[in-house]
This record gives sequence, C-alpha cells and structure tokens, in this order.
Amino acid sequence: MAMRRFLSCALLATSLCAGAASAQTTLRIGLAEDPDILDPTLARTYVGRIVFASLCDKLVDISPTLEVVPQLATEWHWTDDNKGLVMTLRQGVTFQDGEKMDAASVKFSLERHLTLPGSNRKAEISALKSVEIVDDHTVKLVLDKPFAPLLAQLTDRAGMIVSPKAAQEEGDKFGEHPVCAGPFKFTERVAQDRIVLDRFPDYWNKDAIHFDRIVFLPIADSTVRLSNVQSGQLDLVERVAATDLDTVRKDTRLKLATITSLAYNGITINTGNGDRAKNPLGQNTQVREALELSIDRTALNQVVFNGEFAAGNQWEPPSSPWYVKDMPIPGRDIVKAKALLAAAGVPHPSFTMMVPTNPETLRAAQVIQSMAGEAGFDIKIQATEFASSLDLAVKGDFEAYLIGWSGRTDPDGNLYNFVGCKAPPALNTGHYCTPDLEPLLDASRTAAAVDERLADYAKIAAITLVDRPIVYLWHQKWLYAMSSKLNGFTPYPDGLIRPQGIVMQ
Amino acid sequence: MTAFLLRRVALIVPTLFFVSLLIFGLQQLLPADPALAMAGEERDPAVVAFLREKYHLNEPLPVRYWLWVKGITVGDFGESIRIKRPVRDLILEKLPVTGELAGLAMLVALCIGVPAGIIAAVKRDTAIDYGATMAALWGVSIPNFWLGILLIMLFSVTLGWLPASGFVSPAESLKQNLLTLIMPAFVLGNAIAAVMMRHTRSAMLQVLSADYVRTARAKGLSQASVILRHALRNALIPVVTLGALEFGALLSGAVLTEQVFTIPGFGKLIVDAVFNRDYAVVQGVVLCTALAYILLNLLADIAYVLINPRLRA
Repeated sequence: MAMRRFLSCALLATSLCAGAASAQTTLRIGLAEDPDILDPTLARTYVGRIVFASLCDKLVDISPTLEVVPQLATEWHWTDDNKGLVMTLRQGVTFQDGEKMDAASVKFSLERHLTLPGSNRKAEISALKSVEIVDDHTVKLVLDKPFAPLLAQLTDRAGMIVSPKAAQEEGDKFGEHPVCAGPFKFTERVAQDRIVLDRFPDYWNKDAIHFDRIVFLPIADSTVRLSNVQSGQLDLVERVAATDLDTVRKDTRLKLATITSLAYNGITINTGNGDRAKNPLGQNTQVREALELSIDRTALNQVVFNGEFAAGNQWEPPSSPWYVKDMPIPGRDIVKAKALLAAAGVPHPSFTMMVPTNPETLRAAQVIQSMAGEAGFDIKIQATEFASSLDLAVKGDFEAYLIGWSGRTDPDGNLYNFVGCKAPPALNTGHYCTPDLEPLLDASRTAAAVDERLADYAKIAAITLVDRPIVYLWHQKWLYAMSSKLNGFTPYPDGLIRPQGIVMQ
Repeated sequence: MTAFLLRRVALIVPTLFFVSLLIFGLQQLLPADPALAMAGEERDPAVVAFLREKYHLNEPLPVRYWLWVKGITVGDFGESIRIKRPVRDLILEKLPVTGELAGLAMLVALCIGVPAGIIAAVKRDTAIDYGATMAALWGVSIPNFWLGILLIMLFSVTLGWLPASGFVSPAESLKQNLLTLIMPAFVLGNAIAAVMMRHTRSAMLQVLSADYVRTARAKGLSQASVILRHALRNALIPVVTLGALEFGALLSGAVLTEQVFTIPGFGKLIVDAVFNRDYAVVQGVVLCTALAYILLNLLADIAYVLINPRLRA
C-alpha cells in the first residue's frame, strides 16, 4: 500500500514537473503584412521593423518621447566639429550564436550597411566615411561632413549590429537565419504564415523579457486581425482600423493603446515634374493656398478617422518637439479661398488627384473633393493601385497625389528628401526646388544643437508652408488592440512593438 | 485507351509552352517598375539600379523570357524579389496547404452537392426540391469573404469553438489542422456544392426519364438500386467535369478565402506577388496552376471512361 502511494506521488510529481516544463509562455502578435527579408541591411518594410525590435538590438534606441537612449551603446559624444561620433559599447553582450559583440562587430555591421550590394541602409548613413576601433568597446564614426540625423538613423535598422561570423557564413542568405544581439533569436519562418522567435537566454537585458517565445502572424484583413484577438488566438495586434476602435473600447476582453506616429499624410503637388505641372495648381501659390484654406482638417479627421488621428499642417505632428509652433494649423476659410482664386484669375481650377486604392485614403479624398468644391475647385479622383501610383508619380504623370510617408525619428527624414533640390527624384516626386531653401536645409542637418536646428526649421517652414509643395493634412496614430491580461506594453511613435516589459497576467 | 492517354500527355508540353508565353507577355502589361516597387520607401537610386541588374530587368523581353524558361528546364523558377527566396521553395511550401484546403472544400462540395442534387431530382417539384434549389441559390449568391467573416464572428469570437484564422500543419497537429480548415473549407465548398447540386439535379432529371431507367423499374428493381446503380452513374459525367474544373480553380488559390482566414496558400502568395510586382513568383505560381488544370482535365477524361464503360470503345 505504502509502495503504491509512493508510486502515485512520484507519478503526480513527475507529471507536475513535466507540466511546468511545457508551460511555455508565448506572445502572439498579429501583423498587418508579411515582412520582407529579415536582414537589417536589405530590409525595407515597416512591418519587418516590428520583428527586428525583438530580434536585433540597435546601438541606440528612442524613448516614447523621442529622446535617444542607450541600447548596445551606453554613451556617445560628438567630436571634431561634429564630424566624429564616439560611442562606448555595452560590455558583456553576446550575439545569439554565442559570439562576442564588440567594436569589431560594430565596424563590420556598419561597413556591411555601406558596401553590401542592394543595401537599403547605404543612403541613410552615406555621410559615414569610416569606422575606427578605439578599443574593444569604443568606436568612432568618422563623417565626411557634419550630419546630425546620423544618431537618429542608428536608432533604427542602420544601428542594428549583426554577428559577423553568421553574416560571413550565410552571405546573401543571412536574412533566412538572422543572428543579432536582441532578446529573441530566430527559430523559424513560413512565408505569409508565421515568424517564430525564441527567447535568447544570454540577452544582456534578460530580466525585462517575460516570454519564452514570440510568434508573429501576418493577417492582412484588419477585421480578422481584431477577431483573432477577441477570440484569444492572438495577444496583441497592430494597426487596428480607426472605425473598429469603438468595438475595442466596449469589449472587456480587450485593451487599447494608441500613440501619434511619426508619419504624415498630405497632398503632394506636381510643381515641376514634366508637363503635368503646368497648370494653375502646380504654378500658382495662391491656388495652392486656396486649396489649403478650403480644407477643414478637424472635420476631415472626424469624418474619415472617427476623430482618432491628429490633424497636422507640417512634416512633424503638433505633439512633436520639432513642430514649428509659430505656424499652427490654419482654419478653414472659404471666403478667403474664393478671393485667392479670383485674384489668381482661376475661380474654378480643375485638377486630378491620384489616390492609392486604400479605403480610408479614398474616403479622405472624397471629403477633400467635397470641401474644396465649395471653394470652386473641381477635383477628379484617380484611384490607382499603390505600386502603379508610385510609378506614375516618379514619371511626373500626376497633378496632385494624396500620399503619406511613414516618418523618421529625426525631422530631417520627413523633410529633406521631399522638398530639397538635391533630393532623390523618386521621393521629391513633384520636383519642388527653391534655391533659397537649400542652405537652410543643409544647415538643419549639420547643426548638432537642438535649438539651432529648431531655428532652421522655423525658417524652412516660413518658405515651404507658404509655397505648399505638400499640403500636410493629418498624422495617423498607431492603434493596438491587446488582451486585457497583457500588461507593460508601451507604444512608441515609431510604431514598433518592443517586447521589453510586456508581461501576461 | 493507351493511345488516347499518350496523345493527351503529348499535348501537355506545347500547352505549357503557350501558357508560359501568355503569362510572361501579359505580366509585362502591368504598370509599375518592379525595381521601384521593391526598393523600399527610400527608393534609393543605387538600390533601384542594383535590383534592375540583379533580376535582369534591363534586358530585352525575349532575353528575359529565355532566361526564365532556361531556368525552369533545370528546376529553377527564379527568386522572389520580395523575400529573396527561390520560387520553387515557395511553391513547394504552399502547394500542400492549398492542395489540402482544395481537397477538403471538394469533399464538402461533394458531400452536400451530389446528395442534394439527387434528392431534388427524385423529389422533383416538391417542397424538398424547392428548398434545395433555394439553398443552392443562396450558396452561389453569398460572397465568400462575407460568409467567412460571419462564420469567424459566430464560431470564433462568440462561441470560441474554432480558431479564427491561421494554419497548422497536419504533421504538427492533425486535430488543430482540421480545426483551422473547417471554416475555409466550408466557405469554399458551400459555393461549389450549390453549383454541383444544380448540375446533378438536371443531369439526374434527364437520366431518370431515359428508357433504360424505365426498364430497370419495370424489372422490379428497388428505387435505391435504380437511382444509385443505374441513373447516378450516367448522371455523374457532367458532375465530374465540373468537379475537375472547380478543383483546378481551387488549386489556383482561393484568393479571398485564403485572405480572410489567413491560409498561407497559393492565393495569398499570388496576391502579394502581384501587388509587389514580384514577377518570378507570379509566373511560377500561374505556370503550376496551369499544369494542375491540365492534369485535372486529363484525370477527368480518365474518370469518364471508368464511370461509363460505353466510352471505352
């Protein structure tokens, strides 16, 4: 009898232990798209950056209020008239393959960004001339000329440090088995189905990680994404549709998190790209001013986005420390808009607005069409599939283009390439170019002090917000729905999901 | 029979050649530059130039076609520009998923459509017939994505019985695999069942009025024997043709259903590839689908002969 009781207890204990061992905690995240290649040098999609946030740590990161904070680098300072950035690296960090993360690996990763054929990072850090190893845990980034946005670039994929051993062994297949120094290591990927990452036990900040596994599941339809989190199949989903927010708020099983993004949406006007720029809208600033005055941004936000997004009139949202406060959002003024059109000699200007075939953007276009119609504008909406619209925009085959930009941490990333004469034509699709602006744009990226840069941006705003090559309209918010049991999630303006601190109750 | 089969098999190669020309040619009509679409938001001119060079986008069309066909002959379908993986691997990864979903959907269609068609024909002009016809009309009319979302709302969100979306491989868990596929298979099968019911009904009505059926009845055979052994066998020929065509359509990817239920099959693969101008993936998937259609038609022809001995002559 005693023997039987002992055996029963032993069996129970064994099964309990097995239960504990198999009670793996998994965080299941629903993404709006399937990411592209998981190589920080070659990657190009926003959704890929969400996966990288769990996989690859960066030299520096941002805080929710957009300050640059330490990650793999603990300290940094500018030298040589802002042409050198000295960074001290965190000690005791290892890559997910057990290799040591040191100054040599930082040099390797940054040089890889600059030299790997097809690198999408090269343009972001092109000011970087060389990387000098000062000692095992100190590097100096040497620049051609001062370039203040460099530090902000290092808060994203350009700052991700990969294992040199793995990168050399895998070559151009590195993206199939990426190895970095982040909290989770790559385990498996089934294209369009799932990406599985497992906890990296030797992560330098392992106390902040409370899951054994993260599974990313791409689910394109926002209704289905939300249904999955409602039914408990997922724990967290990104990019909830603004029109679904009421559902999320009313559902006790769910929680909502929101933050204004770094992105902007607006009407890019063709001012100088080919024959289609030769019309009153493209050539006359009074007509563009009238267009802006005819639009009620608050009503637009209310009607199309349930009032959830932020109205805006600059490349940075009003909540950003980089917003030029002297130039606030102008109100709607139909009388003035009509007077401007009359003064310009075109009381009823007509133009075609190209709009990517996204339901929310199309709705916004219709509201703009109706509002501007009251001032005398005749807007024809040309709904065009995104890749085709991009092609037409680059070729100059458009008059106005309702399009957005996903936004960058440094304001330079939202501005320079869209209004500068030296900007890539594939970004400054309207070919706006004003020589007076060039020295200001250059100055805004060379000064390291925030005050100096803000002063430059105020001068830039005084030109571009009057010329209006882009009529900025709204800034989307990142909207997340999650299980009410999930705690510790902090939204960031860059929209990425950082796993540190997230815990399931 | 052997000569017939050989003739049909010999036709496969020229058909595929023609299809390959068509796919390649039509795709060039799509607006937009794949290199620009793939260069990322920054659209760095150096990256655009690199992609054009790497994927031969600067070459004349005949050269690009020749390079593609040459690759296929050695099993190389090219590389996906978007995720930088061989197209062959992607096809091999997705084919079993789409194949299983298509198989289950056909099973649903057969289990509902054929019996409903037989009953409607036998009970012609009764309430059962009208009911089945109305159900079929409903099945054809209801949009797949809408039915899909309704089912998710009911069985996943409200009742919590089935997973809302996703796919689990049968090797991982057969139970989970079937649970994830029940709703999409029903949504797809429902629409086909409706068409199948209509075809079975009309074929059965035709056969039931034939002389040999009257003779069978006169011989005193039971109703079940007359319908199942004599009538149904002959009525099945149009149903088999329809089944082969519908199965082929399912294999080409049930685009909307796969999108709603997030099934990582051909449908999702091809939609993403088209929007991203990932030409190699589009070409590879369409070619495989064409091959599947050809083979299914061949199988349907063989099935005719097996079902109806009169065609063996």
